[in-house]
Amino acid sequence: MKGISKWLYTAIVFLIVWVALTGTLRWDELVTGIAVSIILAIFTAHIFTTEGIKNLSPKRVVCGIIYFFPYLIWQMIKANLDVAYRVIHPKRPINPGIVKVKTKMRSNLAKTIVANSITLTPGTFTLDVKGDEMFIHWIDVKTDDVEEASKMIPGVFEKCLMKFMD
Amino acid sequence: MIGKVIGEIFMIIGGIFMFLASLGLLRMPDVYNRMQTSTKAVTLGAMSSILGVGIIHPAWLPKCLLIIIFILFTNPVSAHAIGRAAYRTGVKLWPGSKCDKYGEYLKEEENA
Repeated sequence: MKGISKWLYTAIVFLIVWVALTGTLRWDELVTGIAVSIILAIFTAHIFTTEGIKNLSPKRVVCGIIYFFPYLIWQMIKANLDVAYRVIHPKRPINPGIVKVKTKMRSNLAKTIVANSITLTPGTFTLDVKGDEMFIHWIDVKTDDVEEASKMIPGVFEKCLMKFMD
Repeated sequence: MIGKVIGEIFMIIGGIFMFLASLGLLRMPDVYNRMQTSTKAVTLGAMSSILGVGIIHPAWLPKCLLIIIFILFTNPVSAHAIGRAAYRTGVKLWPGSKCDKYGEYLKEEENA
């Protein structure tokens, strides 16, 4: 059962990529795309995903696109203005260090999303993830306490993600 | 016409962020701070210029969105891999750094 769910999810994702790349919905293109994605999914499903079709549940897709994605883009724009300020400022106002934070997320997929989002947001950059601990290079260290740093860095994304992941 | 102007504005914004990223590479003191500037600014810069191309040529828009999604997924992962590899091969932090919890953790792991 788990195998079929993984295979179906992989095939659907491959088909979406195929449609985006060919840029048409003509039936002969679609038939070729379906055939190719089914064959590829048979060989790659076990390395492509661990959770299967659950990832495409309407709740995850809709919340991801409407709620999480705009928030991430907004954070990225803020991050870039922050970087621009630090690069252009003649005194180079940086105060770097590596801090440790704890994440509340359980599944590997959610941890990956949190770690990637941290890398893209202001002044922080994930160096390593071990279990539920993350090591983060912070360009402007405000606290080296684990609890406080956990609230400040992954906390904002976790609040956002908790509602539809896990 | 209006699409062309909007697309060009996006491309210029992307170019500015790319320029800031390269300036950051020159100005920052160590590998980790350089990774900070280059990852963030290059990700948004590349996304913005590719979106600009997509807006100028609407027929390419699906492909451009696909490229943007791939960049969004892969860029942070490669940055993380480079940073971790740099630390593990012994690249030192900038002397002005505040704290280094990762080094403490690695030492503990060695002794255990």
